[in-house]
Amino acid sequence: MTEALLEVRDLAKHFPVTRGLLRGKQIGAVKAVDGLSFRIQPGETFAIVGESGCGKTTLANLILSLVPPTHGDILLHGQSIARFSPAELMLYRKSVTAVFQDPYGALNPRMRIGDVITEPMAIHGYARRARQQRLQEVLRAVGLSADSARRFPHEFSGGQRQRVGIARALVLQPPLVVLDEPVSSLDVSIRSQILNLLKDLQAEFGISYLLISHDLATVEHMSDWIGVMYLGKLVEIGQAKTTCRQPRHPYTATLVAAATPPGRTPPWTLPIMGEVPHGLDIPSGCAFHPRCPYVQPICRTHTPPLTMLTAQHQVACHLYPEAMSAATWPPAPVTSA
Amino acid sequence: MQAPTQPADDTPLLAVRDLRTHIFTRRGVVKAVNGVSFQLRAGETLGLVGESGSGKTMTCLSILRLLPRGARIVSGEIVLQGSDLVTASEAALERLRGKQMGMVLQNALAALDPVFTIGTQVGEPLVIHQRLSWRAALRRVVELLRLVKVVAPEMRLHSYPHELSGGMRQRVASAAAIGCAPALLIADEPTTALDVTTQRQYLDLLKELQQATGMAIIFVTHDISLVGNMCDQLAVFYGGLLVEYGPRQQILSQPSHPYTMALLQAIPQLGESRERLASIAGEPPDLGRLPAGCPFHPRCEAALDVCRTGAPPPVFPLAQGRQVRCWLREQEHDRSAVGSA
Repeated sequence: MTEALLEVRDLAKHFPVTRGLLRGKQIGAVKAVDGLSFRIQPGETFAIVGESGCGKTTLANLILSLVPPTHGDILLHGQSIARFSPAELMLYRKSVTAVFQDPYGALNPRMRIGDVITEPMAIHGYARRARQQRLQEVLRAVGLSADSARRFPHEFSGGQRQRVGIARALVLQPPLVVLDEPVSSLDVSIRSQILNLLKDLQAEFGISYLLISHDLATVEHMSDWIGVMYLGKLVEIGQAKTTCRQPRHPYTATLVAAATPPGRTPPWTLPIMGEVPHGLDIPSGCAFHPRCPYVQPICRTHTPPLTMLTAQHQVACHLYPEAMSAATWPPAPVTSA
Repeated sequence: MQAPTQPADDTPLLAVRDLRTHIFTRRGVVKAVNGVSFQLRAGETLGLVGESGSGKTMTCLSILRLLPRGARIVSGEIVLQGSDLVTASEAALERLRGKQMGMVLQNALAALDPVFTIGTQVGEPLVIHQRLSWRAALRRVVELLRLVKVVAPEMRLHSYPHELSGGMRQRVASAAAIGCAPALLIADEPTTALDVTTQRQYLDLLKELQQATGMAIIFVTHDISLVGNMCDQLAVFYGGLLVEYGPRQQILSQPSHPYTMALLQAIPQLGESRERLASIAGEPPDLGRLPAGCPFHPRCEAALDVCRTGAPPPVFPLAQGRQVRCWLREQEHDRSAVGSA
C-alpha cells in the first residue's frame, strides 16, 4: 500500500452533557465520533454514508481541525496534526479545504464573488497579482464566467453558488477537499452538473475527496471507498461497488434496500425496525442490535470490532466471519437489470 | 377499520381541469400554475414530481383553497366528488378540509402546535367534524395512533410534539390527517425531512393506510426515484406546466417528454456503472419571467423553432392514457389518434 494522503487513527469526539447550577456535573457524553480509523489515498474519493445524527458532520469538523478530538489522531502525509504548531496548523488548513451543504449560508452576502473565492489566498499571504491570476483559473475550472467575480452571491442561483463554493475550496490547490453533502440542497436537474464537475476536477487536478452524504446512490457513483457510519462508529468499510452490491453489515444491507431505484425490486427485503436512537442513549453492545433482524445474544453485550473480511473489506458485526460461508446470509448480490 | 368502499362507477374522485393559479406581486405576475389538468380515482395514488418552483405545491394549495396572500385561482375547475372547489364558499370549504381532504406537510414539527398535546391535536378534527365527545375522540385517537404504528399510544396522548422523534411526528401528523377518513390525502414532501430508513417505513405505512381506508393520495415530491413503488399515476411538473402525465410504469420505463428523459438519466442509481451522469444544462426557470413557448426550451437539446415562440405547447394525448406537452410528440399523437380511430 502506498503512503496514505490522510490517515485517521482511532479518532473520537465526545461532547459532555452537563447538569446543575453552573453546569458543574457531567451526567454523560454524546459519543458523536467514537474510534474511527481509515485512510484516504491520493486522488481517490472516500465516502462516509450515514443517517442524520450518526456523526458524519462532526467527523468533517474534526478533519478540518475545527474542533479538537477527544482522543485519536489525524495524520497528513504521515505527520500527526496533534503535535502541529499554530503555523503548521495553518499549512494543514491550506491542504484540507471544504465545500459545504448550503450554498446560500456558506457565502458572505456582502462580499463580491471574486473576494469570496480569493479570501483563503489573502489569509495565507498571497500577493494581489497572484490572487487575480489564480481567480481566473479557478473560475474557468468550475465553469463560471470571468465577469462573475464582480457580482454578489444573491445574483447567482443555487447551482452557481455551489460552483463558487467549489472554486473557493480549490483556490489554494489543496490535495484533499471535504465535501459535506455537496448536492443535497440543490435541485435534482442541477445535481448531476455539480457531481460531474467534481469528478472532472478530480481527474484534472488529482484531488482526493472525503465525501459525506446520506445518499447511497450518489456515493456509489462518486466514490472509490465507502465507510458506513452508525451512531459514531464505522460498521463497514469497503470498495464502493462491492459494498453497495454485496453489503456485509445488516445496516448497510438495509440502506441498500432502501435506496433501490423505482421499478426494480430490492435485492432483498429486510424489515426496517424502529428509528435511529438518540446519541445520548446508545444501545449496549452493537449499537445497531435493537434494529437488527439478525440479532444474537452476544450483540447485546459485546461491541463487535471492525474485522478484515478481505484485504479491501472490513465489517463490524458478530455474524462474521462465520456468515461468509452461510447460504442465507450474506444476501444475494444486487442483480443489475 | 371499516372495509374499503370502492365506488363502482368510473367517475373520478377529483378532477382538475386547466387550473391556472397566479401570484400577483409588485414585480409582476408569477404564473405558478399555468394550465394543469389531471384526474384521480378513489384508492389511487398520483405522484406530483417537479423541482422547487415548478408549481406542484401551489397546485396542492389550490385544491385545498389555502393559497397564500396575493395568489389567486385565475381560471379552471377543481371538482371533488361532484362539487367545484374553486367556487365553493369558505364555510363549505371548512366542512371539507380535514374531513374530505387531509393534508400532511413536509415539516411535521411546524405542522404540529408545540403547546398542545398529541391527543388534543389528533382529536380536534374528530370533535369538530364528527361531533364526538372529547372522551370518545381520545379513544379514537388511541386507535389512530396504533394504526400509524406509534408505540404505546395511550402514553403518547399526553406527550408534546417536541418529545417525539422526526419519524414519530410525521406519523402523528398523518394520524391527524386521516382521522376523519378523508377521501383524499394530500402529502406534500412528507418524507423529505426524514432519514433514509425512516423514509421507507413511512412510505410503507402510507400504502397500508391507503389499503385499509381506500383513500386517494396525491404525493408531492422532488425526488422521482421515491415515487417508484408508491404511485399509480405520475404527473411531471416543469415551469408551472404539467409536462408529462400518465401511468407510472410507462413514464419511468419510456419517458416521453425531453425533461423527464433527462431527469431520469441525471440521477445516479444504485447498482449501475456509469462513468458520467447525463446533465441538463442551465437552470430551472423563474416563474415570474417564463420564456416564450415551452418553458423547457432553453435547456432542451431537441428544441424546434416552434418551441421557442408563442404559447406553451398544447396537451397531446398519447396511447395508454398518457399526455405530454411537447411539440416533438405531435406526430406520435396523430399516429396514436389514427390508430385508436
